[in-house]
Amino acid sequence: MTTPQLLAPNVSAQHWADPSHPDDRPFIRKYVFSTDHKTIGNQFMFMSLFFLMIGGALAMMIRWQLGWPGLPMPGGGVLPETMAPGGILLPEFYNSLVTMHGTFMIFFAIMPLLVGMFGNWLIPLHVGASDMAFPRLNMMSFWTAVPAGFIMLASFAVEGGAAGAGWTAYPPLSAVPEYSGVSTGQQLWCVSLVILGFSSLMGAVNYITTIVNMRAPGMTWLRLPLPVWALFITAILILLAMPILAGALIMLLFDQTIGTTFFLPETGGQPLMWQHLFWYFGHPEVYILILPAMGIASEVIANGSRKPVFGYPAMVGAIIAIAFLGWIVWGHHMFQSGMNPLLGSSFMLSTMIIAVPSAIKVFNWLGTIWRGDIHLHTPMLNALAFVAMFVIGGLSGVFMASTPVDIYIHDTYFIVAHIHYVLFGGSLFAIFAGLYFWFPKFYGRMLNPTLGKIHFALTFVFYNLVFFPMHNLGLGGMMRRIYDPNQYGFLEPLQPMNTFISVFALALGASQLVFFFNILWSLWRGEKAPENPWSSNSLEWDLPSPPPHGNFEAMPAVYRGPYEYSYPGRGEDFWPQSEPPNGRRARVETSGAPVAEGVPQ
Amino acid sequence: MPESASTFGAGIDSIYYIILWITGAIFVLVETALIVFIIRYRHREGRVAVHTHGSKKAEIVWTVIPFILVLFIVYASNDIWLQVKRADQEGAAPADALRLRVVAKQFEWNVTYPGPDEELDTSDDFVKRNQLHVPIGRAVRIDLGSEDVIHSFFLPDFRVKQDAVPGMTIPVWFEATRTGEFPLACAELCGLGHYRMRASLTVHEADDFDRWQSEEIESGSPAADADASDSETADENKVNEGEESA
Amino acid sequence: MEHPLKQILALVVVLEISVATACGGGGGGETTDSEADGGAPAGAGSVVSPDSAATITGTVSFEGTAPAAEPIDMSEEPTCAEKHPDGAMRQQVAVTDGRLANVYVYVKSGLGDRAFPTPSAPVTLDQNGCRYSPHIVAVQAGQSLAIMNSDGILHNINTQPTENRGFNISQPVVMETSREFSRPEVMIPVKCDVHGWMGAFIGVQSHPYANVSGADGSFSLADLPPGEYEIEAWHELYGTQSQTVTVGVKETAEVSFTFNSDMAGNHVPMGEPIVLR
Repeated sequence: MTTPQLLAPNVSAQHWADPSHPDDRPFIRKYVFSTDHKTIGNQFMFMSLFFLMIGGALAMMIRWQLGWPGLPMPGGGVLPETMAPGGILLPEFYNSLVTMHGTFMIFFAIMPLLVGMFGNWLIPLHVGASDMAFPRLNMMSFWTAVPAGFIMLASFAVEGGAAGAGWTAYPPLSAVPEYSGVSTGQQLWCVSLVILGFSSLMGAVNYITTIVNMRAPGMTWLRLPLPVWALFITAILILLAMPILAGALIMLLFDQTIGTTFFLPETGGQPLMWQHLFWYFGHPEVYILILPAMGIASEVIANGSRKPVFGYPAMVGAIIAIAFLGWIVWGHHMFQSGMNPLLGSSFMLSTMIIAVPSAIKVFNWLGTIWRGDIHLHTPMLNALAFVAMFVIGGLSGVFMASTPVDIYIHDTYFIVAHIHYVLFGGSLFAIFAGLYFWFPKFYGRMLNPTLGKIHFALTFVFYNLVFFPMHNLGLGGMMRRIYDPNQYGFLEPLQPMNTFISVFALALGASQLVFFFNILWSLWRGEKAPENPWSSNSLEWDLPSPPPHGNFEAMPAVYRGPYEYSYPGRGEDFWPQSEPPNGRRARVETSGAPVAEGVPQ
Repeated sequence: MPESASTFGAGIDSIYYIILWITGAIFVLVETALIVFIIRYRHREGRVAVHTHGSKKAEIVWTVIPFILVLFIVYASNDIWLQVKRADQEGAAPADALRLRVVAKQFEWNVTYPGPDEELDTSDDFVKRNQLHVPIGRAVRIDLGSEDVIHSFFLPDFRVKQDAVPGMTIPVWFEATRTGEFPLACAELCGLGHYRMRASLTVHEADDFDRWQSEEIESGSPAADADASDSETADENKVNEGEESA
Repeated sequence: MEHPLKQILALVVVLEISVATACGGGGGGETTDSEADGGAPAGAGSVVSPDSAATITGTVSFEGTAPAAEPIDMSEEPTCAEKHPDGAMRQQVAVTDGRLANVYVYVKSGLGDRAFPTPSAPVTLDQNGCRYSPHIVAVQAGQSLAIMNSDGILHNINTQPTENRGFNISQPVVMETSREFSRPEVMIPVKCDVHGWMGAFIGVQSHPYANVSGADGSFSLADLPPGEYEIEAWHELYGTQSQTVTVGVKETAEVSFTFNSDMAGNHVPMGEPIVLR
């Protein structure tokens, strides 16, 4: 049983906000090398949105080539002759485009948005702490990610160009420059991700410690907002999975540079070993990419429905089940790899089973909006789209989980459709939901709601027009990562569909400009944000927008769960976690002295 | 999907359709519920949400039913998987299969035919580049290899796909049910020429296949034990073996 | 956390500084082979005066029965098969009436320390009908090699030199790409990985005195400074032969080479290509 003191053993070590003491940090310490989790969250936002743009730009080039194969790309003349002579994309450059699109989106956009940005923004505030457990480690985590991203970007400029073996980098192609045409670029790819791994690990350690140790009195595990649960489990996945990737990358780097042959068969190496190592990391990685999104969706949907999350304990259980099962499904990426077919059977079983906790979550989101009082504000629109799209992505996954069907659809556009339904339709819509929801809190300005709804509508429509037909492309047999499908007679009839997709992909890309404009515009000209624009319950909404350095003026006290919306008999349809039952706000002594009255056990 | 041209194609397609029906039904159910709820429970003046934290019964129902559904799909799928991969039977292909060797390399498929004696690595073998020929109605077993990087042997019409991994020889089998010419594509990124690593598979009537084979041997296709690549650049391999590819 | 403007400015300034620092050292994406090591001389030195220029000419013959020409099966590539309605033959041994074509003949030694200007005109290597044209290419170090794809289908040009930096580039459509080699090398194999039968060889010299024998076996090394020279003839299957020739002012000297099929064992193996690491 926890007493408030035990819940917050470092109560005297936390530097609470002190309104009487001005924030006299010098510029560099306040905005550049800051240890304040909110600033670091902001930094992750800017960095990740930048790389989201890069990833998107690369996608536009891919879609140009697939929509109009062999046609010079407008503006392609600025590219060097080794990439696009006369604006015509070369096949080796196309291979780099698909590789780097995936790499930037997964590692430098989605992951840092969900884990770096939301993790930093939300965790200390949601648990009621003044900052993370290790603020300087937190700062290092961001400043390690930046050079990693920089190296990845710089790899386009080296001789041989950027990595071109897919984001999955299967050797021998990725290990031997003669095969891929890429030497330094492929090595830099490995180096960059090793460095990024360190950044993630630093963050994971921080998040786990903060959530375990620094919850305010009354903030029991089952009163944590779901984003925190999701980020907690995600952090554990990161802690266990990233080192495996780092190990595999270093082995690949050694094969590339110092003559080892871990993955090269000539002297006893095993190409399949890379696949096992990579996917043993890779599958938990995709849950890293979706779990925080699910947590955010839960938060926004409950708020938008003015109802508690339906089945909170089941939601927590499902997160844990997904994370746990996520370690025993990796072989489903390798059904056709030459791996023993009996393993195909066992991985099919575990993969099918992992669909169940995801289904449970979907039904619970439906249960949350059922009989709610639904306000379709911009965050809610995006969160509902998340549910709708994630369902499609999850259901398409059932096809590839079935080993015989996978024989046909493996390495086709059916897989690409699935990936993008869960990562874009899923993670990115949830990220949009979270950004529209929490931007006001961290920047003190509302994002313009009209632009927000326009962005949502354009994105939702164009997105489906782009990615749903890819299921059909895959069923037609169109393989992944091919520069010009028309080289195959059986794929020629699919060209109109490819052109259709490309047209709307360009439109989708253009629509994101509305979002970026909204962000930049609102930073200066957005309506000033109140403390609690969404009438939400978690602790951050008690604070000014943005909260001061140190967050709370004193240790907050928590009296209930985060989803007590529309509690019968109350005048308002929300009930902040920190509001005492009798209406009086109690304060815990900052010196760590015994509990003040009214604080719950 | 193209019409199946192999004996196990129909079985694989039937699993696809079962899954399509099940997921399609769930899709309609869930998305309809979502849209209905959004409309029905949207905010109106005076509307109050019903405060509930959930229902244990609901949790059990929507845990058990999906669990049963997925187990059913696993059960249905596994049979045909094991049949195709022959994991539960003797031999990597049905008995009396015609045995070929296919070696993938950047960016071509080199097919070694065993010749009339139907034994590989004998003197009547011959090699064709990017041309696969098989007789209809007879199982064909391919020993799949790669000279350089990972490729993937993809016959869409036959529902055949198998990665070709350097350092491994992986058996793949199928039995054609229709004559005609079909595409063979590479389905694993293998370099700049990946998108054009294509070949054609011709399925012959049985006697037509024998005729084709005799014609090939007569016209002197390269012998199987010379370097399969008959490039005009005399490279080291050939020199070391003392072989001419003249 | 105050003004977002400061926040963004700070991040942008830091990022800009890092970009500037890194870009200072990095190069662009261009790859040309003109490294400064052993490149073409910058025009200093001797252009041979027409008052004294000499010539070495000759013929390359083939003794005995030439090996039978082998057909190439191009059926997998209709675009190219159509360009050879009578079928295409391998180019390795091209014998016509006892004369051997595609022999690379060059001055191996005797020019001393003379430097020669790099010609500004490029040498063309065309891919037409899925064949390299010419099959044997003579180019000077630093001289531009204009590689053309006249077929409009994917070819890649995969060179595997041992003294130079090689390249492997693709040409998916009708297009032209230029490359150079900076060091003398005899000979650089070229292949296409999409069309395995395609092959060519490139000879690189620091001087212009290299020639490829035609269908009539003839070759000519003109505008030579008078002197004594070692002339080498290289054939891809039959190896090398060399002879010493002295040529005086405005003289024309004759030299001939003869190959036969017994010389197949003299084949010069290609070395280990430089591995990019």
